[in-house]
Amino acid sequence: MADFDVIVVGAGYAGTVAAYELAKAGKSVLVVERGNYAGAKNMTGGRIYSHSLKKVFPNFEQDSPVERRITHERISLMDPEANFTIDFTSKALKQEGQDSYSVLSAVYDQWLAEQAENAGAEIIYGIPVEDLIMEGDSVKGVIAGEDSLTAEITILADGVNSLLTAKAVGAKKPKPSEIAVGVKELIELPSGVIEDRFLCNPGEGAAWLFAGDATHGHIGGGFMYTNKDSISLGLVATISDLVGATRPIYQMMEDFKKHPAVAPLVRGGKVVEYSGHMVSEGGYAMVPKLVTNGCMITGDAAMLCMNLGYCVRGMDFAVASGQMAAQAAIEALDAGSVDEASLHRYVDLLENSFVLRELKQYRRFPHFMESTTRIFKEYPAMVKEIMNSMFVVDGKPADPLKKKIMDPVKEVGVTTVLKDAMGGMKAL
Amino acid sequence: MIDPIDVNVDEKLSLNRYEVDEENAHIRLKDEAECPNFQEEFDKLVIACPAALYRRDEEGRPSFDYAGCLECGTCRIICGDTILDYWRYPGPTMGVEYRWG
Repeated sequence: MADFDVIVVGAGYAGTVAAYELAKAGKSVLVVERGNYAGAKNMTGGRIYSHSLKKVFPNFEQDSPVERRITHERISLMDPEANFTIDFTSKALKQEGQDSYSVLSAVYDQWLAEQAENAGAEIIYGIPVEDLIMEGDSVKGVIAGEDSLTAEITILADGVNSLLTAKAVGAKKPKPSEIAVGVKELIELPSGVIEDRFLCNPGEGAAWLFAGDATHGHIGGGFMYTNKDSISLGLVATISDLVGATRPIYQMMEDFKKHPAVAPLVRGGKVVEYSGHMVSEGGYAMVPKLVTNGCMITGDAAMLCMNLGYCVRGMDFAVASGQMAAQAAIEALDAGSVDEASLHRYVDLLENSFVLRELKQYRRFPHFMESTTRIFKEYPAMVKEIMNSMFVVDGKPADPLKKKIMDPVKEVGVTTVLKDAMGGMKAL
Repeated sequence: MIDPIDVNVDEKLSLNRYEVDEENAHIRLKDEAECPNFQEEFDKLVIACPAALYRRDEEGRPSFDYAGCLECGTCRIICGDTILDYWRYPGPTMGVEYRWG
C-alpha cells in the first residue's frame, strides 16, 4: 500500500491544477514543492490565456489574483536608433474564455495551491525532491529530504529545468539551441500611470514583444507586460546564439530598458525584483516520452511551450496538461492499474486537445526562427530605413515612394525577403 | 571579447530575497587544469548567466560565486557536460525566493 494515491512534484501551474483535480475527486494527493511557498521559485513573463484555466476554475476572473486583462497586443521591430510598433486592439481579445491576463507567478501559484489545499490536497514546502523511487522501470514515489514517500502515481511538474525526467523517462538534457534564458525586472508604477502610458482602461493592459535590438540582434526578443501596479520588462535569448554575444544578458537587459522607445514607459518606476528562468523553445521535437509505469510528465517539465514570435504560450499548456494528467490518474486508480498502458490515456487526451495538436502544427517554426536571423537585425534596420525615408523631411528633393520602399528592401535582397516571408508562413 | 559593463548587477540581485547555504555549494566548477577548454566555456557563462555568477576580474581571471543564483539552470545547459562538476538545486528552504515571480 503506497503512502499516497498520487505525489505531485512541483506546485506551479501544472502541479497545483493536477493536485486540485485529484483532491476534488477524493484521491489522496501530496504535492512536494522546493520553494518555501508555491511560486517562490517560479517566474513568468507573463501572461496566461484563459481558455484552459476556465475549464478548471470557471470564475477565475473574479476569484483569482490576475493582474490585468490584455486588450492591446503590441509588436515592435527594434533597431538601435528606431522602433516600429504595431498596436492591435479588438473586441475579440476581450471575450470571455478567449481573453488573456497578465499574472505574476509567485502570487498566482499561491492562489492555485490554496485551491488545491482547500480541495483536500496536502502540500509540503521547502523540500526539493532529490530522486525518484524506482522499481525496475516503474516509478514508485519520491525521495525528498530524509523521507522516502511512495505513491501509486507520481506526476512530475517540476519545471523546465527538471532533473527528474531523465530518470523517469530518459529525457535528454535540452540542447542550447532548444532553450532560451529569460530575465525580467519587475518595475512598480501607479496603476493610473500605467493606464495612461499604455492607453488602457482600468483593469486592462498591454502585452508587448520586441524583436531586434532588444537582444542586440541575437535570436530572442524583449517583452513587456502591464500588471496592476507594475510592469514586467524582460528579455528572452536562445542560449546557443546568446553565448556568441559580446555583452552579458544582464547588460542587454539594461540597454533594452534604456532604449529610447522603452525608457519613457518605465520612467520613474521602482525596480523591486530581478528574476531569471529558462524557456523551452524547441517545440514538439523537444517533448519527451510523457508517461511510464506509475508516472506522467506535465507542463514545462514536458517542454509544453510554444513561441511563435508574436505569441508566446506555456501556462495554458501547463494548466491543461495538469488537468489531463489528473483525469488519466483518476481513471487509472479507479481501474486499479497504473502501468504505462493505462496512463497512456494522458497522452491520448493531450493528442486530442490543443496541447499536442498545436505543438505539432507549429513544429517547423522553431527551426525557421533559428535559421532566419535577419528577423533580429536586417529587418528592423530595413523597416527603419523605409520609415525614415517616409517620415524624415529635410527639404531635399524626394524620391518616389516606390524607390523609398524598395531601396532598403533591395539592400537585404528582394528574393531573400520573399523567401523569408514564405518560410515563416509555411512554418506557421 | 566582452564589451564593457556599466550595469551594477549586484544591485539588481540585492532586490531579491535569498537564503544562502554557506555550507554547501549547489553548483561547482571543475578544476581549470582538468578542462582544456575551460576559458572558452567560462566565457559562455559570463555572457549567459543572468545573475553574473561567472565573472572575470580586471586581469581577466575567472571567478565564481553561487550566492546570487536565480536557479534558472542556464549554466547546466551550456556547461553541464564540460566545466561544471555538478549542478543541483539548493538544499531545503535555501536559495532565491521570488515575491512576485
